[in-house]
Amino acid sequence: MKPGTKLKSAVCDTEVMVIRGTDGVVECGGAPMVEEKTTEGGSVDAAFSSGTQMGKRYVDEAGTVELLCVKPGQGSLSLGGLALTIKEAKSLPSSD
Amino acid sequence: MNISLILQMAADTGPERTGLVCDGRRWTYGDLMHAARGAAAHMADNGCSYVALLDESSEAAPIALFGAALAGIPYVPLNYRLANEDLAGLLARIAPACIIGDTERAARLAPEGGHVYLTREGFVAAAEAAASDASDEESEGEGIAAQIFTSGTTAAPKAALLRHSNLLGYILGTVEFCSAGEEDAQLVCVPPYHIAGISALMSSIYAMRRIVMLPAFDPDDWLRLATEEKVTNAFLVPTMLSRIVDRLDSGARADLSALKAIAYGGGRMPLELIQRALELFPDTNFTNAYGLTETSSTIALLGPDDHRMAQTSDDPAVRARLASVGRPLPTVELEIRDEEGRSLPAGERGEIYVRGEQVSGEYRERSALDPDGWFPTRDAGWLDDEGYLFLAGRADDVIVRGGENISPGEIEDVLMSHPAIADAAAVGIPSEEWGEAVGIAVVIKPDEATPDEEELRALIRERLRSSRVPEQIRLLPELPYNEMGKLLRREIRAAFQG
Repeated sequence: MKPGTKLKSAVCDTEVMVIRGTDGVVECGGAPMVEEKTTEGGSVDAAFSSGTQMGKRYVDEAGTVELLCVKPGQGSLSLGGLALTIKEAKSLPSSD
Repeated sequence: MNISLILQMAADTGPERTGLVCDGRRWTYGDLMHAARGAAAHMADNGCSYVALLDESSEAAPIALFGAALAGIPYVPLNYRLANEDLAGLLARIAPACIIGDTERAARLAPEGGHVYLTREGFVAAAEAAASDASDEESEGEGIAAQIFTSGTTAAPKAALLRHSNLLGYILGTVEFCSAGEEDAQLVCVPPYHIAGISALMSSIYAMRRIVMLPAFDPDDWLRLATEEKVTNAFLVPTMLSRIVDRLDSGARADLSALKAIAYGGGRMPLELIQRALELFPDTNFTNAYGLTETSSTIALLGPDDHRMAQTSDDPAVRARLASVGRPLPTVELEIRDEEGRSLPAGERGEIYVRGEQVSGEYRERSALDPDGWFPTRDAGWLDDEGYLFLAGRADDVIVRGGENISPGEIEDVLMSHPAIADAAAVGIPSEEWGEAVGIAVVIKPDEATPDEEELRALIRERLRSSRVPEQIRLLPELPYNEMGKLLRREIRAAFQG
């Protein structure tokens, strides 16, 4: 996945932009995310239903993937079945 | 990647929230996104290769910036203060462009090249008219979001390229989305052709902090607008802060009780000025930002706690930090290197190198990055033991006398210690014997007697050494600075010729 690629959840409203990519499969709500949403189908897996938050960055433990949530939804993100977590960034004073 | 994402996310999250206040008109994030989409459609239709802004700050700046991004065309804000001849040169380098703003001047200076000219009002109206039929798609083009001509304090302007990935890397790495409250407002008064003018728009919109735009800086207008709009954040260059402090010290009335934070940068901040400002605004957070056009704005900052600690500390090393530009951003790598490119330890002066996603280092003509992606800034500086960065002028300003490198700053600091001298600059002047020798230009304080040349030479010989003693001395009524407070050394060098 190239940085800048937009991915959509197949089972909820979530959309993310890839900041750092990986060859692994990114899922949302338990289902693989897609570039083009074709059919409505499936539902959010209860194990991946804590939701996504607008503007948050999500990473895996190894730091191989980083996704920016550009549209929130009910599903939560995972990579190969392992949940992604919100990247806690050090808050900086505004310098502009 | 496309920087239009910044505005799109704000518009999705708060379509009805006010994003911009300019000349009495209020624009919601939804209005701005709508207009940017229309601008993109309009630009795509007229077949231009660049979108140029030749105007003071207004709503046209963000609409053109994000409209150009959506259309995949580089945005080129131009310095309207340039002399006709210089501006004509730049217009020729961006043909054919859609030129927004001073159409009369642009058409006169660049009648050829296939440019399309639009006034500010004409552009905004065309964007709004084209919006309803505009596409939702965005175009990447060649991936360049902005092309900014550097101010050229040492040489002719270079066309610095900032890619979408550089600018987004900077914003995503430094700003938390929607982190501002509904009451937060940022007073933007830097000119739109400066990198700080572009980063101010992007940072404020991504934080969803309302932009209060001041089209052209004036200290009384600034105080009035800050009061009326209950401004919470502002960015100033040192000369602007100095003029605001002067107005307040001479009794100007303003209610700045909402002002939580002032960031400053763009030129050297005099120590007395920042100390006075810290006294005058005891509850305001001050941040010093250091960055370059080629690095998408800030790469190092001295934060509010550092300022207050330096202000009150008894430790000379901590107090000295008020003159530093702070520590590098966590998302940026920074090194000081010698002329052979070797990394230098703390305390040693060399050239500042940076690397990171936000660092472009790319010009239209060539990339300045080394094979490992490091950008040589041509700024000289050093780090202290705690990693605080101190600037020591431009590497290009170093005077090379008979193989010895002389920093203008050390001579200038000594000259400024003379009670009669208001301002001073040291530059390299051609010398048959040494290749280059020291020339100094000094400005004498109004009510002081002019010291004789021998006195100044003796002062430098005593405090520094004989190689620093100026061969030539010029008295000037004032030193040439650009509007961002940068000393124009090439003009001073020119004063020694002929």
